[in-house]
Amino acid sequence: MSYIVDYLPLILKGMLLTVELALLSLLIAFVLGMIGALAKLSKSRIARSVAGFYTTVMRGTPELVTMTLIFFGGQILVNNIGEKLGLEYIDVSPFMAGVLTIGFIYGAYMTETFRGGILAVSRGEIEAGYAFGMTPIQVFLRITFPAMVRHALPGFGNNWLVLVKATALVSVIGLQDMVYNAGLAGGSTRKPFTFYCVVAFLFLIITGISDVGVRWMDRRYSVGVRRA
Amino acid sequence: MDIQVIIDNLPLYFQGLRVTILLVVSSLILGLCLALPIALLATSKNRWVSIVPKAFIYFFRGTPLLVQMFMIYHGMGQFEAVHESFLWVIFKQAYACALLAFALNTAAYTAEILRGTIEQTAFGEIEAAKACGMSNAMIYRRIILPSTFRRALPAYGNEVIFMLHGSALAGVITIVDLFGAAKIVNARNFVPFESFITAGLFYLALTFLIVWGFKRVERHWHAYLHPRES
Repeated sequence: MSYIVDYLPLILKGMLLTVELALLSLLIAFVLGMIGALAKLSKSRIARSVAGFYTTVMRGTPELVTMTLIFFGGQILVNNIGEKLGLEYIDVSPFMAGVLTIGFIYGAYMTETFRGGILAVSRGEIEAGYAFGMTPIQVFLRITFPAMVRHALPGFGNNWLVLVKATALVSVIGLQDMVYNAGLAGGSTRKPFTFYCVVAFLFLIITGISDVGVRWMDRRYSVGVRRA
Repeated sequence: MDIQVIIDNLPLYFQGLRVTILLVVSSLILGLCLALPIALLATSKNRWVSIVPKAFIYFFRGTPLLVQMFMIYHGMGQFEAVHESFLWVIFKQAYACALLAFALNTAAYTAEILRGTIEQTAFGEIEAAKACGMSNAMIYRRIILPSTFRRALPAYGNEVIFMLHGSALAGVITIVDLFGAAKIVNARNFVPFESFITAGLFYLALTFLIVWGFKRVERHWHAYLHPRES
């Protein structure tokens, strides 16, 4: 078993990258999801159709296809735009490509979750906010958003777990996350099964911790709700 | 945009489409056959019976499909016993490994859907069946399972779409499915946009087809839930 210990630092280094990647993508997905949900619920037809197109396409194509498209195509696109603007050669780092791609894809899933959450906030609360003379932004920050969190949290937690698992795909485009490093370790020791088992176990740890976190947030945001 | 490259390679895409559909359909059928007994065992009140299926569900839902596939495709060769037995004929083929990984994965997700739905069966229905003098097996056959399949339908539709998207991973281990075809076209001509967008459009079309199909089936199976039209 000593070979596991030998390669553990490498795999844990990959795990750190996985966690960083997942958290940064979550941030992007959160922001995009919020914008997407507000666009889908807005009165502007253009905003609604753009958001609708975004969620349909992202949720209708496999993550792997979107990821390779952005990874291989993104570099060309950035350079074409850069050339026209007269900039120097810009190198898209695989890490940034991974973060942007995963964030972009899961932003679509978050859009749907947040949309459902916002719709679940009772209309009267929002109306009461306006009656107090709050601006739309104030209403959103003080009433809609805090009240929405509780409804959106289960979906949000699910999306996060799917997102964490989707980070494994970046190993396919050459990013050295824990799946990639497990492949290296498995190749040189000829014990791939063992190392993929270790990675699977580490994924279970991440999802287990997330589960505790989501449950804690659920309690925190449902303080005022009576439960049977 | 270089459309000509795509037109020239359309036969390759259609070949990939065939592989994708075959792979998804066969893993869904295998997965569904496995999922029902797993779900039934997982709902057992005896803790020693339910622990194994629950662990199976937890493992396959908690880890990435890619890792599961690598464990089977790259990992099985590690064991002498597998290497020297007839099993190696199966595990040395990428296609069989992908199929096995997908089937086990979708079995776990489907079992979890069925387990949740079985547990939510209205207790009154079961009580009524008992009052009618039905045996346990009969209650499952006549009351619980038919209503479970109906209620699980929307969630299962999502799972089918997830399986379709997950099947793109087969392209990673040398199988020429839709994604594999796009990879080949990109590698030969260096046209990342054209090649992957074409594959994406194929997947999008398949997704719409699945959504449409499930809507039709739901309209039929859930007909009794619709408000009556005047």
